[in-house]
Amino acid sequence: MSATAARPRPKIDPINRGFWENARAGILSVQTCDNCRDVHFPGSPVCPRCLSGDQSWTPVSGRGTLLSWVRFHRAYWDGFRAELPYLVCLVGLEEGPLLISNILETDPEKLVIGSPVEAVFETVDEELTLPKFRMRG
Amino acid sequence: MSDGRQLKDRIAIVGVGNTRYGNFPDTDDYGLGAHAFRSAIEDCGLAKDRIDGLLTCRVPYYARMGEILGLNPRWTAAMPAHGRMSGMAIIEAAAALDAGLCDYAALIYANIGRSRRVNYGGDESPGIWDPWGFTSPGAAHALMFQRHRALFGTSTRQLAEVSVAFRHHACLNPDAVMKQPITIDDHEAARPITEPLRLLDFCLINDGAVCIIMTTKERAKDLKKRPVMISGIGAREAYGTASIPNFDLNFWYDQMRDVGTQVYGMAGVAPADVDAFMCYDNFSPTVLFSLEGLGFCGQGEAGSFVEGGALKVGGRLPTNTDGGHLSNSYMQGWALNVEAVRQIRGECGARQVKDAEVVQYAGATPCCRSIIYTPG
Repeated sequence: MSATAARPRPKIDPINRGFWENARAGILSVQTCDNCRDVHFPGSPVCPRCLSGDQSWTPVSGRGTLLSWVRFHRAYWDGFRAELPYLVCLVGLEEGPLLISNILETDPEKLVIGSPVEAVFETVDEELTLPKFRMRG
Repeated sequence: MSDGRQLKDRIAIVGVGNTRYGNFPDTDDYGLGAHAFRSAIEDCGLAKDRIDGLLTCRVPYYARMGEILGLNPRWTAAMPAHGRMSGMAIIEAAAALDAGLCDYAALIYANIGRSRRVNYGGDESPGIWDPWGFTSPGAAHALMFQRHRALFGTSTRQLAEVSVAFRHHACLNPDAVMKQPITIDDHEAARPITEPLRLLDFCLINDGAVCIIMTTKERAKDLKKRPVMISGIGAREAYGTASIPNFDLNFWYDQMRDVGTQVYGMAGVAPADVDAFMCYDNFSPTVLFSLEGLGFCGQGEAGSFVEGGALKVGGRLPTNTDGGHLSNSYMQGWALNVEAVRQIRGECGARQVKDAEVVQYAGATPCCRSIIYTPG
């Protein structure tokens, strides 16, 4: 257990690679079906609506609504121990899909459910950029 | 659409058994399962070789369980370790018995999570939200309760009523793990884990096993105890946000409404007829969600419904009279179904609900289920 313990990293696979490549470029994206235009997250091997295998990662606005949040007081990974207590948010994107992320806000009093939020990008290292959110307006 | 109504009052639970609950590093899943099986066999008086159906849950290998018990059944099913499986398993076994796939089914659940230090989060259960530090079913329930608070004004003191009532029952249950009474203030003062949830909103993690023996109504007559009938069942899954495990944005309300329509319609009873309620309680908020979805109160009203000790024996709706997952034992719904049987039999001693004739099990999870039990 050390202060520099690694945090969990995304497991990149052929389906989600587009999401993480876009994130590195500062773009938030969701999987969109090329056939029926259904948008969803996380990515899946076929479109849950029409079962087409032809899908793309398409950029979204980055705007959404704060649907809920939780503050972790327990470190399930050593890599998060120094961050305790830390905030995790549930965001409903304007385009529909739900995302779990972190909210860049330290005062829980300000985390009014239903508030508008927007995506920001936190560069972890050369390979990884994490989309996060901040309160908007 | 077809439904399960033809199963009404056709299948009975005839034997129940459980181990002690606690920390048992010197045995394993099979040892605990075998002990519960032996206890259930003694409970119903059936010769064990008559068992020709075996369902295992959270047991590593069903065939090894059969080998240990000397069983070569003609029907086998194995369910994973998820808590939602208990109601599902009992319904599957009922259908198999009704179809003639077996005559006597033994359902065995075993859990060694305590002695093997299971954490229910982190690297033990990798997920796609790990890079943001989101893990553990308790965090999903925290997200839901936080939203319930915002939408309906539900308070943590109201939530505390759930934990306080179940602890009260555990103090009346000689088998229960937790023995110290708690108050609403104790709940408020408990350390936060996944805020707004605190330690006393989380289920226990303990070892133990449960066995349930089921057969048809006709065969049930020849056994030792009065059978407990399965009078209603209801089922609906919520897989639309399965990537956020143990979460539903609307608190499984729509699914539980559907389940309630099915289970009450089949049993021919209404929520007001329920004498005792056995509610899946991995985390305290799900009890509120279950009450609302099943129609014990309106959506958003469960906080006030549970106030004033409403869930205690002697209260408006005696719930989890064994102490539930929060204070009796983390048997993932299995012990709650056993408690339903024992309430109907009148075997519950200090925690007995007087004249319990309609006892309902329900679990609001990604696989919502409910079963209504009545005396045979």
